[in-house]
Amino acid sequence: MFTPNLSLILLLPLLGLGFVCLVPADKTRLIRRIAGITVLLPFILSVWVFAAYDHVAGGFQFVQNTPWVVPFGISYHLGVDGINSLMLLLLGATSLAAVLISESIKERVKEYYILLLITIIGTYGAFLSLDIFFFYFFHEVAAVPVFLMIAIWGSERREFAAMKLTLFLVAGAAIALIGLIALYLSTGLQTFDLVTIQQQLAQHPLPIAVQNWIFPLIVLGFGITLTLWPFYTWAPVGYAEAPTAISMLHAGVLKKMAAYAIIRFAIQLMPQAAHAWMPLVAGLAIVNIVYCGLVALTQRDLKYILGYSSCSHMGYIMLGLACFNTIGLNGVVYLMFAHGIMAALSFALVGFVENQTKTRDLNELGGLLKCMPFIGTCFMMAAFASAGVPGFANFVAEILVLLGAWDQYRILTVFAVLGLVITAIYLLKAIRLGFQGPLNPKFAQLSDASTLTAKFPYVLLLALLILVGCLPTVILTHIGSSTKTIVESIK
Amino acid sequence: MVAPSLVWIAFFAPLVACVLITLFFLRSKAISSLIAIAGILTSFVCSCLVFTQIFQTNPPAQLQQSLTWINIDTLTINFGFLMNPLAIMMLLIVTGVGSAIFIYSRGYMNEDPSSPRFFAYLSLFAFSMIGIVLSNNFIQLFIFWELVGLSSYLLIGFWYAKPSAADAGVKAFMVNRLSDFGFLCGIILLWSVSDIGMGRSFQFTDLVAVVPHVAPHLLTIIALLLFCGVIGKSAQIPLHVWLIDAMEGPTPVSALIHAATMVAAGIYLLARTFFIFEPSATALTFIAFTGAITALMAAILAVAENDIKRILAYSTLSQLGLMVMALGLGGPMQGMYHLTTHAFFKALLFLGAGSVIYALHHEQNIWNMHGLLKKMPITGFTFLIGTLALCGIFPLSGFWSKDAILALAFENNTVLYLIAATASGLTAFYMGRLFFVVFWGNASDTHHVHHEAHAHEIHESPAVMTIPLIFLAILSTIGGFIGIPHYLFPQEAPEELNMRVAIISSVVALLGLGFSYMIYGKRTENDPLVTKLGSFYTVLQNKFYFDAAYAWYVDKIQQNVALILSRFETDILDRWCVDGLAKLARAGGKALRYLQNGIVQFYAMIFILGIVLLFLFLIHSFALIFALGLVPLFLFLMLA
Repeated sequence: MFTPNLSLILLLPLLGLGFVCLVPADKTRLIRRIAGITVLLPFILSVWVFAAYDHVAGGFQFVQNTPWVVPFGISYHLGVDGINSLMLLLLGATSLAAVLISESIKERVKEYYILLLITIIGTYGAFLSLDIFFFYFFHEVAAVPVFLMIAIWGSERREFAAMKLTLFLVAGAAIALIGLIALYLSTGLQTFDLVTIQQQLAQHPLPIAVQNWIFPLIVLGFGITLTLWPFYTWAPVGYAEAPTAISMLHAGVLKKMAAYAIIRFAIQLMPQAAHAWMPLVAGLAIVNIVYCGLVALTQRDLKYILGYSSCSHMGYIMLGLACFNTIGLNGVVYLMFAHGIMAALSFALVGFVENQTKTRDLNELGGLLKCMPFIGTCFMMAAFASAGVPGFANFVAEILVLLGAWDQYRILTVFAVLGLVITAIYLLKAIRLGFQGPLNPKFAQLSDASTLTAKFPYVLLLALLILVGCLPTVILTHIGSSTKTIVESIK
Repeated sequence: MVAPSLVWIAFFAPLVACVLITLFFLRSKAISSLIAIAGILTSFVCSCLVFTQIFQTNPPAQLQQSLTWINIDTLTINFGFLMNPLAIMMLLIVTGVGSAIFIYSRGYMNEDPSSPRFFAYLSLFAFSMIGIVLSNNFIQLFIFWELVGLSSYLLIGFWYAKPSAADAGVKAFMVNRLSDFGFLCGIILLWSVSDIGMGRSFQFTDLVAVVPHVAPHLLTIIALLLFCGVIGKSAQIPLHVWLIDAMEGPTPVSALIHAATMVAAGIYLLARTFFIFEPSATALTFIAFTGAITALMAAILAVAENDIKRILAYSTLSQLGLMVMALGLGGPMQGMYHLTTHAFFKALLFLGAGSVIYALHHEQNIWNMHGLLKKMPITGFTFLIGTLALCGIFPLSGFWSKDAILALAFENNTVLYLIAATASGLTAFYMGRLFFVVFWGNASDTHHVHHEAHAHEIHESPAVMTIPLIFLAILSTIGGFIGIPHYLFPQEAPEELNMRVAIISSVVALLGLGFSYMIYGKRTENDPLVTKLGSFYTVLQNKFYFDAAYAWYVDKIQQNVALILSRFETDILDRWCVDGLAKLARAGGKALRYLQNGIVQFYAMIFILGIVLLFLFLIHSFALIFALGLVPLFLFLMLA
């Protein structure tokens, strides 16, 4: 019986990255092809890992554990449970789509793919690592190229955006790092190994006073990446100016890494502090949902709308994190997946539109359904998914979060339901202005995504959204097997 | 014995059609319409079979089947169906009337290049509507409730390049979303109190047992929240605004969605979950008055409307109001009875209007139509049957069902009865107006040059459109005699015809028709009412200013709040906090820069200072010395 080898998910793209480095820069077609294969292989492996994961047995599986720096307790420890196996799937699909839609990049192709692949590899590493040191290391590996890519391949205000995004995220990462080191020191175990720490803290929790100041550091640190209100202002401008693939990966996956870290390192390891602090986060989450939703109403730039929308939706994730019950936590993980795919899809589509029309301004666009029916229809479907229309994964996730949150936060939940109305307003407005109405004559000659290969990235993401939206059990069994143990340990 | 597989086939056939068209036949007009028709006919045939199976036994069978859709510890959400007499009747309306309209659409949409997309949407709509009818729990119902809203949006905005159509679609979706806000809150609230020892549940059959255990005031809140959903979907005041604009969609859509089925979903929901509303007198009163006011308001507005489809839309609003009122008066049977007959004659009227519009090349203003009865006899006569049925003229179907509602009001609440009777009289008046202006008189005496041009071209629509008209006309005629109330609610005793009410309403209807003949029986260029009503006519033209009020809210309140929040972000969060931090960092950097001033003596001094501090630190307590050491350093920095 074959079992998947998790190291391969890291090594294969690393090998691909090496090949890309060796190919001469002018052979762009070859570079693109290698990059495509480089992300396709780990995607296939991720699907395999997801399919092979035994949700009845639960726990971490396919574990690989090699001590590395023994005196500090750092080990190369990989493994997956229901949550990160799903995150691998999310990353696999998103990264494949991100690489494929990068066909439109024409400048410095080689450097572009090298940096993009480094980000992808770093993200894979972070999701696979069961060692806090390695998690943080990979997390940084993923973050650094983002700065460069925005600054080099971004649109008009790229330098400003790159600077702002980076300063925020570096500050967040530094705060989180302090928290993680404090956690490492206060366990007294001399180990970064997550599983060991989990077992130890389940038996002997940290003193409440210690938890109460480490917990907010970690949540705030990663919360900045998760666009917790009021630390979200980097995101709309960052996503708007970034090259499409980076918007897709960052809004789709890297943000979810922060939510993942909060679940793994904060809530699960310091439950008492979580109970004390998370109601505050729930309150901010509602501000996220309503506030960012309303600000999205005033925007005229498609990517800004998506950026604010993404900040608004993170509110549901944070609200779900504050529930401490299985329904809510399942909803959170579900939403991490659903929103990741949806956000990647939306940014990819807007990237396509921008590439064709050279503008993202809704006042200039109009009637695009006529000249690009495929892209337009996909955008409408992504918008409906985002607005929580049933049939798409986001609906299931949002309903779970709402049901999970109801018992603790009634009034907040009512506002969260209101958020669904606000989302629908700005998205329908975007569709109305951008894709419906009379076609601007200067766009009449534009071409749609017509070939199968051009359509594939969008179809892939859309198919995942619909599949998971109609048959939730496909991923709920995986999520449930892991969230159950987490909720039991934090009750 | 009811075969579950038949129900599942009826459930999913239109979805299969929709998927097939979307994936493979978006380019072929002929095949796509055939697939859509095959899908809905399959559903219809299966429904007929299920119907016979259900009524084989006495009492009629009830069947429920559920698959687990989501199961997380205490939360179970099923996907299934609950088949009972009420559901099968509604299913027959949806698939039966639906089939007629699908077939009609094949003719009507023949010239539209994107008709495959139309048929895909139409099939999606049919699937969603069947889902509402069959759902056995609130979450599943909500799913299809939303999907119906979605497909309605897509169909209203089918001609998306036309700004008014696109706007109308957006409006419909928004209004429905807004009402679903209350609806979803109601569903969650009901779920949270539904644990009476067997865990929480969304299932209708479980909730029947739950309701008696719920505190009365809580139940009232739940009932009113659920009613929010009805207000949106069934277009009750004050959320009725979307339905009129929805007439921008292709006419078969108006017939199917905005007359016969989708807007009826709210009534159906009330009837199906009536056990939740029944115990709450407050909620019922609220519901009844909402319905009555809607009925009257819409009837008044219809008098001043000049667009053939919009007049019919107002009459739909008005009739929906009557149905809601019936439910509020505790009569689900009367409400559903009228829903059924209304589905027949309103679909007929809309398709008739569509036939006229088709013949006149998308002309919708009634003042540009005249004497069409002779040019289009089938359309004209079937339209007449529909009109009379809607007015409640004996012995057509509308007479029986409307009489049931009026009798219920007469027995329970005089105020409501008077409102409803007035609305009925007005209905007869504006329908008479519509009929006389469009169909009456001699076609050749038209003065419009524009129409002179193709006055001779006007001819009857093709058979694919007239056969559905005839089918619906037959149903509208015999609808009162086929025992619909008995099939809907077999356990209830058959209602006696209330002669007093019947006579009064017949007189009122005939009066309304008579008045309209007096005013519109002769050819007139303009509406004589404009001068007669004076400034009130302007109020009617502005639809009682509902749209203006909403526009004011959106432009002045919502947009400004959003702008203020947006300014708060750029001016306060970004400028003060974020940039403030940046400035602080820059200032810190500037200050530290003085440490690197390249003066060797300065370095030496710091060096010595450090040694001194270190020395002091070794012999004295740390904190004190550290503090002492920092003060001169900062002083120095400030001065430098």
